[in-house]
Amino acid sequence: MYPHAVSSILLARSGKAAIRGRLLPTAARRLYSSVTENDNVEPIRGLDLGVAHSKLLLRTVSAVRSSSELRTLGVAEGETRKMNMCQAVNDAMRHALTTDETSVVFGEDVAFGGVFRCSVGLADDFGRERIFNTPLTEQGIAGFAIGLASMGHTAIAEIQFADYIFPAFDQIVNEAAKYRYRSGNQFNVGGLTIRTPCSAVGHGGHYHSQSPEAFFAHVPGLKVLMPRSPVQAKGLLLAAIRDPNPTIVFEPKILYRSAVEQVPVDEYELPLSKAEVLKTGKDVTVVGYGSQIYALENAIQMIERDMPGVTCELIDLRTILPYDAESVAESVNKTGRLVVAHEAPRTQGFAAELAAEIQERCFLRLESPIQRVCGLFIPHPLVYERFYMPCAVRTYEAIKDSLSY
Amino acid sequence: TISSPLATQIPQAAGAAYALRRDGGKQCAVCYFGEGAASEGDFHAGLNMAATLGCPVIFYCRNNGYAISTPSVEQYRGDGIASRGIGYGIDTIRVDGNDIWAVYAATKAARKIAVEHNRPVLIEAMTYRVSHHSTSDDSSAYRSKKEVEDWSKRDNPVSRMRAWLENKGWWANGDDAEIAKSAKAEVLHAFSAAEKLKKPSIGLMFEDVYDQLPPELERERKEIDALVRKYPDYYQVHDFARQ
Repeated sequence: MYPHAVSSILLARSGKAAIRGRLLPTAARRLYSSVTENDNVEPIRGLDLGVAHSKLLLRTVSAVRSSSELRTLGVAEGETRKMNMCQAVNDAMRHALTTDETSVVFGEDVAFGGVFRCSVGLADDFGRERIFNTPLTEQGIAGFAIGLASMGHTAIAEIQFADYIFPAFDQIVNEAAKYRYRSGNQFNVGGLTIRTPCSAVGHGGHYHSQSPEAFFAHVPGLKVLMPRSPVQAKGLLLAAIRDPNPTIVFEPKILYRSAVEQVPVDEYELPLSKAEVLKTGKDVTVVGYGSQIYALENAIQMIERDMPGVTCELIDLRTILPYDAESVAESVNKTGRLVVAHEAPRTQGFAAELAAEIQERCFLRLESPIQRVCGLFIPHPLVYERFYMPCAVRTYEAIKDSLSY
Repeated sequence: TISSPLATQIPQAAGAAYALRRDGGKQCAVCYFGEGAASEGDFHAGLNMAATLGCPVIFYCRNNGYAISTPSVEQYRGDGIASRGIGYGIDTIRVDGNDIWAVYAATKAARKIAVEHNRPVLIEAMTYRVSHHSTSDDSSAYRSKKEVEDWSKRDNPVSRMRAWLENKGWWANGDDAEIAKSAKAEVLHAFSAAEKLKKPSIGLMFEDVYDQLPPELERERKEIDALVRKYPDYYQVHDFARQ
């Protein structure tokens, strides 16, 4: 792995999005396996795709002012600053470090700023005793973090790529998740937060693209989150850090640079285990999380363009464990149809859990089988990524199938 | 708190020690494990973390020659666990684990190094496991009774301590007969009292998974509640304390 190379490619990627429409040199055209330049083809027909064109981001100050959730939290009227997602993550950590003297941030390469620049400036401002590099050992990072948290300190541990979280699986599942339970609440590691970049980035291949949320969604005692944007990332991460349970925050790395919003500079914590309805609709409920939200947004645009009168309801789950089944059930009781999408492979993925739960709650209301649009059940490929991904086109087809059953 | 996966406490001890260092109270952590657990990845991760990050922790390895049925010659080929400490840049001492005063002196010295210099120390205490690994183990299946008897006679920490006390005139043969009798009675009394206690109430099984009970656990609790009320004899409800 060449982490510095990855982050410089991400830098190039956001530049590429900005100059869309102009002729690109052949070398650049070959660079990303999941990007298509042929957006006049079926079924896109010129639609502007992806996070760069998303209407879901709060790009303006007035968008922030209008957000009911931010209003409830009392930060909608305050000062905002343009931030991308890694700056928002940085900001959340700053608030934690400023308000909690026991909090520390550590992981591989975090001291100089991190391979995705999420910890830039922290060591300068808070010192090397609180912001430090660890040796290259995920099981060590996790175990060390658990030990810190068991002493009542706040441990913010970074796993450099979610693909490398597996050596830490024993510590997370057998130790962190069970700590409070096995000690009859005499001890806990609520101060533990693990944050890790996840999901497809266009060129990540097997080991820089995984979304392993399903492995952890199966563990009683853990909380699992995945934000879709800078505003969400700041509020969810801060909530995770302060939540008295061990929490894993998966951060879709492709959004670090490409998702830009006006973000309140004051601190705020978004509610955990509360899904967000991003767009209301009456005919089908579409559920996702993380970077997949933007593919779903596009799929819905194509559906509503091609099937006038049909409206889709888009829900961002935000917290994957414990998840807000109630909000999804409420929506499906209205629409009668459900499509769940995630990048992780289909079999035994999180969509299977949601489908099982919703068919149990809404069986008689369902008008069509629940659709799962997911990564193929193969290791996350490099050259084949465009086929693997539950992209807007595949989701569009699944929503059509659901509507026409 | 207790867990079964071995060596997980080692990197945790490094983290706990780091917290103690930050708390500024001149305290250290002490972490115990066997020579078998020292083969786990967590051992190497934990020692390396403690060394690089400057954690005031004493890593204490009880090398008793066996990990269940696996003798130490099948556990490692190097010079025990102590030689590994050097590899991680950790001050290390090997001590006679059956000599209580040697162990005391080594641990005291280790503590001084740990808290004064904020760095880890590794102690490897050499001993011999006389007992079976557990009540599910019969060690005659993998070692001779003679080997066990020889160790028990020749190098027994309890009898060495007794001899030392007797030499000092602080203990006479027979002093322990009465103590052994009353200690055994105390244990058996506690045992039978505990046996009569009811198991914790059933609803408690859902507590402390999280700091607060989430909706899905509330739902499961109601399900189990209803099921248990329907089939009390199958679930032996009377063994459990009332809600």
